[in-house]
Amino acid sequence: MASNGIKDKVAIISIGCTPFKEHWDKSADDLLIDATTQTLRAVDMTTDDIDAYWVGTAQSGMSGLTLSMPMKLHGKPVTRVENYCATGSEALRQACYAVASGAYDTAMAVGVEKVKDSGYQGLNAFPMPTAGTNRTLTAAAMYSLVLPAYAKKYGIDEDELRMVVAKIAEKNHYNGARNELAQFRREISAEEICNMAAVAGKLSIFDCAGVADGAAAVIVVPAEKAYEYTDKPLFVKALSFVSGNGSGLIDPEYDYTTFPECEAAATDAYQQAGIDNPQDCIAMAEVHDCFTPTELILMEDLGFSQRGEGWSDVLTGKFALTGELPINTDGGLKSFGHPVGASGIRMHYECWLQLRGEAPENRKIPDTDKNLGLVHNLGGYPGEMVSFVSILGTEIG
Amino acid sequence: MRGIVKSSAYLPHYRLNRIDITAFFGSGKASGTRSVAAHDEDTVTMGFEAARMIVSVEGKIQPEALWFTTSEPPYMEKTNANVIHSALQLPKATSAYDFNGALKSGIGAIKTALTSNQTILLVQSDIRGGLPSSPDESQGGDAAVAFLIGDANADQLLASYLGGSSETLEFIDRWRNPREKVTKQWESRFVEDAYLPLIRGAWTEALANSSLKESDVDTVIFSGQNDRVKRQAAKIITTERFQDNVASNIGNAGAAEAGLLLLSALEHAHVGQKVALCSFNDGVEILIFEVASDNEVVNPIEHQIKNRSDLSYGKFLQWREMLPVQPPNRPAPSRISASASKRESDWKHGFIASRGDQSGLIHMPPSRLSIDETDNDDAMLMQLMAESVGKVATFTVDHLVYSQNPPVVFAVVDFNNGGRIPIEITDVGDNEVEIGMNVEPTFRKLFTADGLHNYFWKVRPIRSTKE
Repeated sequence: MASNGIKDKVAIISIGCTPFKEHWDKSADDLLIDATTQTLRAVDMTTDDIDAYWVGTAQSGMSGLTLSMPMKLHGKPVTRVENYCATGSEALRQACYAVASGAYDTAMAVGVEKVKDSGYQGLNAFPMPTAGTNRTLTAAAMYSLVLPAYAKKYGIDEDELRMVVAKIAEKNHYNGARNELAQFRREISAEEICNMAAVAGKLSIFDCAGVADGAAAVIVVPAEKAYEYTDKPLFVKALSFVSGNGSGLIDPEYDYTTFPECEAAATDAYQQAGIDNPQDCIAMAEVHDCFTPTELILMEDLGFSQRGEGWSDVLTGKFALTGELPINTDGGLKSFGHPVGASGIRMHYECWLQLRGEAPENRKIPDTDKNLGLVHNLGGYPGEMVSFVSILGTEIG
Repeated sequence: MRGIVKSSAYLPHYRLNRIDITAFFGSGKASGTRSVAAHDEDTVTMGFEAARMIVSVEGKIQPEALWFTTSEPPYMEKTNANVIHSALQLPKATSAYDFNGALKSGIGAIKTALTSNQTILLVQSDIRGGLPSSPDESQGGDAAVAFLIGDANADQLLASYLGGSSETLEFIDRWRNPREKVTKQWESRFVEDAYLPLIRGAWTEALANSSLKESDVDTVIFSGQNDRVKRQAAKIITTERFQDNVASNIGNAGAAEAGLLLLSALEHAHVGQKVALCSFNDGVEILIFEVASDNEVVNPIEHQIKNRSDLSYGKFLQWREMLPVQPPNRPAPSRISASASKRESDWKHGFIASRGDQSGLIHMPPSRLSIDETDNDDAMLMQLMAESVGKVATFTVDHLVYSQNPPVVFAVVDFNNGGRIPIEITDVGDNEVEIGMNVEPTFRKLFTADGLHNYFWKVRPIRSTKE
């Protein structure tokens, strides 16, 4: 990989997040204002104190005006970014690079999505004019292809594997039930999930991310100025991004048991951060559990499990709140909900809370010497995907 | 010699048991089945499926014209034949015309092709229905046929054309206005009385034009909508009547009926036999053929009659838009783009992929650049996929996606000679699909938006003679 990275050049000094839910009474503008002002006020800043803005939204607005108009910004540069479900992370990545380059001393990334005004269930992409030959399968169905493939490759009974991924949903609902910002705050057992009607392959509706409105915002500054704003900044150790070439869709060798874009993004991030074995130094991770099989595969692609062992690590509780490597301690997309443009920044928000020891007592990770957190955020489908990985730490060096 | 060079029929996979209709209404008597076009089929896609069998088998057949006939055209004003022309990948110099609307157009196109001097690909296709519980609904059937008409030596013809006749007279038999879905008809005793003198005159004339006596003719086929007329015709034309199983298994295919019955008769006939095709639709048309060879028929009607799945009456009514059902809570698809469709026509209509010039790696959809770095830029080769066969590598059932007929069964298909695509499987129940199942591409209508039909390819389980 040819990326130099910006390890320890940029720090997060404030981050905020709205509740993720069906905000029938709030517009995208309201959500942007809520997240942005909350994040500014936490460090006694105003909109004029921020030099440049990035606003991420998949389809709740176009251009920088999405943010500059509701926030009534004065002469500020605002860039709207979109990168599928990794849109929020992409906004943060661009803000970090702008600060690292020296172009700006303060930058803000805001992610927002207002999905519940459409009147339809699920996420529905804005239609582009086409010849009508593009695939129309839902994301749930594309990810459901993972289960039979994984079961076959590793010789696991398909029904047993179905229970394994339901355990992932059970874990994320357990965590989300302890998160007052989360969309779904009810615990649910894997058995209940397995007994539900299938909507795509073997997956039920409870194997899918919640569909919610919401926004989140984050402020980044040069690392050397971080302590001017907060006692406990988080330093950016790595930012990686891989946009796939779609080979998985046409290559008969591709077997739906790995997401090569995610593995490549992780490899790049570990190299930027100087990490040899992620399991030795990562305290917790927020990963893109858009569907339960996704989280299973990510455990292996991110190096948290050996190939073919992710399923048994799930069963032993390795990724539970009190496990060896807690994953999605805020409930993940599954329970927290998934406002597309905001989710990536929401993941960093949870790292912020956990690494600074500020998560609520009932969902705090166990004390650890490890001081790194990892965020993984993807967009697209098996075979054609974009993938983001960041690593954050509490110390420089 | 002029005659039929090649012929083929396409029956959709589904059958409605007529007894299901009478059971639903609690009255009436019925037996047999009728064929039903699937929710993703129309007369164009069925017509293409019939035509591809004779165009692809020969590989080199290049008709000078394609004539499409149906009483149920997907488009008015816009030429439906062009879609079939494009899906068959016929050269631009091959003309394509519609002869649509009246049921008589089917036999009329056959006769006109036989009496012209061009090599003509006739594609005749129909979807038949009527009000729930009506005879038209029960006795109608959906089917398509294709004939290649031209000049050849006797041993290269299926049947040579000996001669025929027409009797034309204006009277009111059946009618349907352009915006109506249901056909009406006048009292059949009047209709019978109008046809009988025409039948007498046409039969005498047809024999004379063919230099035959009635005893020279081995088999006679009666085509038309009115069984009473057919029964009376048998008293005038005493030649042995073709005992078909089309009516009991498929139903009356409207504008394609004459062609379908002729094809069925030719499948059962022997060299030298003379077959008279008589059509009673707004007048009488008679064509007399001599069976010229025993050339093998591609995917015979008998075979297609046996390969079928039953369809419930509820689904039938839903597919025919006679019974509105709850749509999925997803946005309906947007209309296709004309310019994008023209640019992608080879892929969209012809299922032509691209192949790396060095690696041979097949890209579906076709790609300008290759994923394999050994391939040269802008050097991809065309790769025909329409006649490929493949296997299901893995599959899923999608209950969430927008569809006229949920759930959608979707498979990752690996083609035996290379190429992979995630694609919808059609003509299959969601509990029938299994990994390793053999499938082949089929041309379908994905959806209609703003009146534009989105034609593209799916795969279906292999049930034809290819297996």
